[in-house]
Amino acid sequence: METIVTAVELQTNPEGYLVNYKEWTQEWAREVASTYQLELTSKHWQVLEWLRAKHAEGVALTIRKVGASGITDIKEFYQLFPGGPLKISSKIAGIPKPVSCI
Amino acid sequence: MKNLLILGGGTAGTMMANRLQKFLKPNDWSTTVVDRDPNHYYQPGFLFVPFGIYRPEDVHKPKSDFLQGDINFIVDGIAEIQPKDNCVLLDSGTVLGYDLLIVATGARIAPEETPGLLGPLWKKDIFDFYTFEGSVALRKKLEQWQGGKLVINLAETIIKCPVAPLEFAFLADAYFRDRGIREKVEIVYVTPLSGAFTKPKATQLLGKLMEDKGIRVVPDFYLMEVDNETRELVSYDGKRESFDLLVSIPVNKGDEVIERSGLGDEDGLNFVPTDKRTLQSRKHSNVFVIGDATNLPASKAGSVAHFESEILTENILSYLAGQSLDAHFDGHSNCFIETGHGKAALIDFNYDTEPLPGKFPWPVIGPMGLLKVNRANHWGKLAFRWVYWHMLLTGKHLPVSTNMSMAGKEVEVSV
Ligand SMILES: Cc1cc2nc3c(=O)[nH]c(=O)nc-3n(C[C@H](O)[C@H](O)[C@H](O)COP(=O)(O)OP(=O)(O)OC[C@H]3O[C@@H](n4cnc5c(N)ncnc54)[C@H](O)[C@@H]3O)c2cc1C
Repeated sequence: METIVTAVELQTNPEGYLVNYKEWTQEWAREVASTYQLELTSKHWQVLEWLRAKHAEGVALTIRKVGASGITDIKEFYQLFPGGPLKISSKIAGIPKPVSCI
Repeated sequence: MKNLLILGGGTAGTMMANRLQKFLKPNDWSTTVVDRDPNHYYQPGFLFVPFGIYRPEDVHKPKSDFLQGDINFIVDGIAEIQPKDNCVLLDSGTVLGYDLLIVATGARIAPEETPGLLGPLWKKDIFDFYTFEGSVALRKKLEQWQGGKLVINLAETIIKCPVAPLEFAFLADAYFRDRGIREKVEIVYVTPLSGAFTKPKATQLLGKLMEDKGIRVVPDFYLMEVDNETRELVSYDGKRESFDLLVSIPVNKGDEVIERSGLGDEDGLNFVPTDKRTLQSRKHSNVFVIGDATNLPASKAGSVAHFESEILTENILSYLAGQSLDAHFDGHSNCFIETGHGKAALIDFNYDTEPLPGKFPWPVIGPMGLLKVNRANHWGKLAFRWVYWHMLLTGKHLPVSTNMSMAGKEVEVSV
């Protein structure tokens, strides 16, 4: 479990995911990204906006869905957010941690 | 005369046909089930066939044996669903109209989705056990195999019976021990999940079992392709894992008829967008979806289809009476996990509550233990085959509540 210390104080859960996705700001996103040593490019922003839009529609997100979004493919998604692309991008996008439906 | 049309005569379609028969007046309604395959497969049995625990002939029976009363059964492929015109085209050219449609076309493996999986090593050193043919072929392979590196891989997280690959790993460990060659076999479990399983409490138990049995877990490995030359799995982020024998759980998809009919979810996996509480199609009010064919965030399992069938029966009757759909499915799922040598674990959970320890189905008495490995659970799992053929498919009531119950569960207060 990591704590995210940011200049912009927003309420997060113990894993660092934003509690209310509507409070999200780009500045907050940049700070969270920097804890992963990520510099956000326009491609990153496109993915983040897409994730937020889908979350607002109530869509349960998966890596495959991001790969089929037309914005990026799975391989590039891994390059954009190395490690756990969906978990990390969701955190930066201010939406809840993706749940696997088992 | 009105027509109830059920697409798919597997676990869910058969249950729905039999359940609704009891309520729909034969003078008002005619019920038709369409399936391309005259055989009904007991898919949970595919897990046991490779290890010689069940014989191939133990896991299938004619579908028509399980459709009661006046249900019409058509053996044909379903070519296209045309919900705007309330009709369905079959491969033979027949057109069937409907007043009410139930989509129960299930899920199938799609190895063609992963480059290299159907390459030269397919059915030589790469096998599946999610199909009847696959499990029978794997049985022959295992009988002759003298050892090496056995890799079990899940290509995707959304698969039917998500515990089956774990059970396969546990049973493989037991099988090679019984054959006296366990020390010649390295068993590796390669998964896109961050651990052995998804839900935290169950992952603890299952991760520990993996360790005890000497099975190495490789987490966070999302398969991109199989390299047939070097005999390696390659992930999207460039990790590689070699194998001598690969048991693959390929990407699972809904049937192609869903895609042909433009009814699938946007991820291209052909699962049908369905209201997760009422089981009504999100697009068409006289279309309902059940079982593995839905895009519900619940397990794709026979037990889930059973719980759904009780809810769906109620909602369809409300729909026909012009009332609101008040029966709500809570995502209840209940899975036995075979762990080898006559023992098994049991988990019970829903959309909101993860598997908890305790007793099942009756508090304190059990006899089955939740999140525990014991013999009673194993007998429960084997008894499930009898229950499946004789009670589940025919739509009899089982002594398990439809919505998940907290009775008998141990809840930690401090979390
Ligand atoms: C290895 C394995 C182990 C499992 N173990 C368990 C377990 O222990 N417990 C448990 O609860 N569940 C288990 N399951 C899952 C369980 O078998 C399924 O969840 C259940 O069968 C789903 O029922 P269904 O009716 O939705 O789909 P199915 O039973 O698969 O039925 C779908 C039917 O639709 C037909 N169909 C599809 N498309 C067409 C078309 N275009 N034209 C004509 N016919 C079509 C198919 O032929 C099939 O008969 C296991 C599954 C597997 C593979």
